[in-house]
Amino acid sequence: MQDPAAGHLATQATSSFTEHLQRSRPELLPFNQTLPAGHIPPVPHGTTIVALSYPGGVLVAGDRRATMGNVIASRHIEKVFPADEYSVLGIAGTAGLAIDIIRLFQVELEHYEKIEGTLLSLDGKANRLGAMIRGNLGMAMQGLAVIPLFAGFDLVSGVGRLFSYDVTGGRYEEIEHHSVGSGSVFARGALKKLWRPNLTEDEAVAVAMEALYDAADDDSATGGPDPVRQLWPVVYTVNRAGARRISERELAAVAGSIVESRAVAGREA
Amino acid sequence: MTQQFYVSPEQLMKDRADFARKGIARGRSVVVISGADGIALVAENPSPSLHKIGEIYDKIAFAAVGKYNEFESLRQAGVRYADVRGYSYDREDVTARGLASVYAQSLGAVFTAEQKPFEVELAVAEVGRTQEQDHLYRLTFDGSIADEKGFVVMGGVAEQVAGVVAAGWHADLGLADVLRLAVKALATDKEVDALPGTAVEAAVLDRSSESGRGSRRAFRRLRAEEITQLLTGEA
Repeated sequence: MQDPAAGHLATQATSSFTEHLQRSRPELLPFNQTLPAGHIPPVPHGTTIVALSYPGGVLVAGDRRATMGNVIASRHIEKVFPADEYSVLGIAGTAGLAIDIIRLFQVELEHYEKIEGTLLSLDGKANRLGAMIRGNLGMAMQGLAVIPLFAGFDLVSGVGRLFSYDVTGGRYEEIEHHSVGSGSVFARGALKKLWRPNLTEDEAVAVAMEALYDAADDDSATGGPDPVRQLWPVVYTVNRAGARRISERELAAVAGSIVESRAVAGREA
Repeated sequence: MTQQFYVSPEQLMKDRADFARKGIARGRSVVVISGADGIALVAENPSPSLHKIGEIYDKIAFAAVGKYNEFESLRQAGVRYADVRGYSYDREDVTARGLASVYAQSLGAVFTAEQKPFEVELAVAEVGRTQEQDHLYRLTFDGSIADEKGFVVMGGVAEQVAGVVAAGWHADLGLADVLRLAVKALATDKEVDALPGTAVEAAVLDRSSESGRGSRRAFRRLRAEEITQLLTGEA
């Protein structure tokens, strides 16, 4: 006779935290909600995220502004987070959903690592994130879209890699650099001119800050560096040693030199 | 139709307990020791991949003896419990006490209701900021739970092993000392003085993982070379 307890456990055997929640606690998932008919009131939206690669790693940076219509909802929101030891992600779009999806994704990766005793491959992580974004498609159709930018260090091939997504969960590997969010058009223009092969890590941080500065210059929903409140973008690098948040002190210096050099140039842009 | 003989509840429980005890006694021992730098979990285990020790959550680890399939399913259930709890409340709200009481309930339910009890013994350890805040729980096959101070020893010759640990343990042992004590204790029923580094599985819950490694996850598995190095190195 089949042991009922053992049978129950075998059907529960999944290494995915999201699948486990779907089965046992679906109400905890940030997506999969059926929204009632009606108008969704204004909610905070996160804006620009940039990412670029450099030899030996990748970098993701995001500004600190969230907007709600014409109102600045937050000046110090953080939209870039480490997903695990070797990957980071930034999310643009509906802030409330984005932050919960990041939290879910972080637990998803850690859960897999604990259950299986090994790290998920970088492609595996990118696919899991795609599945979550696809899960949010219903909400996206109601206007609550969430668009991530994912970057990680591939321990097997020894390079940093970048992935962008669309609302349907489509996953696209990007080379060199990419940006998402309302200011992404301006940030991408800056990245095209400033990115070059063989950037050092410090130069890559400066390029990302410049791109965010340009995005903030032309997009009202993107926040620039704020020397009054001492607020700087959130910048994470990932290399073979793991993910690292660039310190406020370093960012203040980089932001200072950008403002200074532009003031000295004295040009329109 | 065959008629079942009457068996008294006392006899039934005793038979089940004897059955579980016999299963556990066949296994090799595991020791969990709290020290100045954190909690060390050490098991006699020649396999580098079939673990007896595992990470449950930021500050919580798990160690088990007995049947692999049974304690592995309990470990996975523990990871699920902790991750769901941490996700729905907050990471701080996951405690060893909560986890241990869930384990106690499952083990107790299986012991009385299922065809056979689980042949396992578990330890749930939570590292605190200071040694007084460490928690060590020991769970037996029938769902009994005990809050232990300083160390937990489980497995086949637990009493002898516990004797050695009790004789050598004091609160301010460092990581290398704790490891040496554990390895010496695990070798009590053997001819050798201490087990070699390759025959043990060891992990630590670092007391200062945030400042030391910049990680809120205190659990760290020790590699065989690292174990050998700690065992031979002068402390």
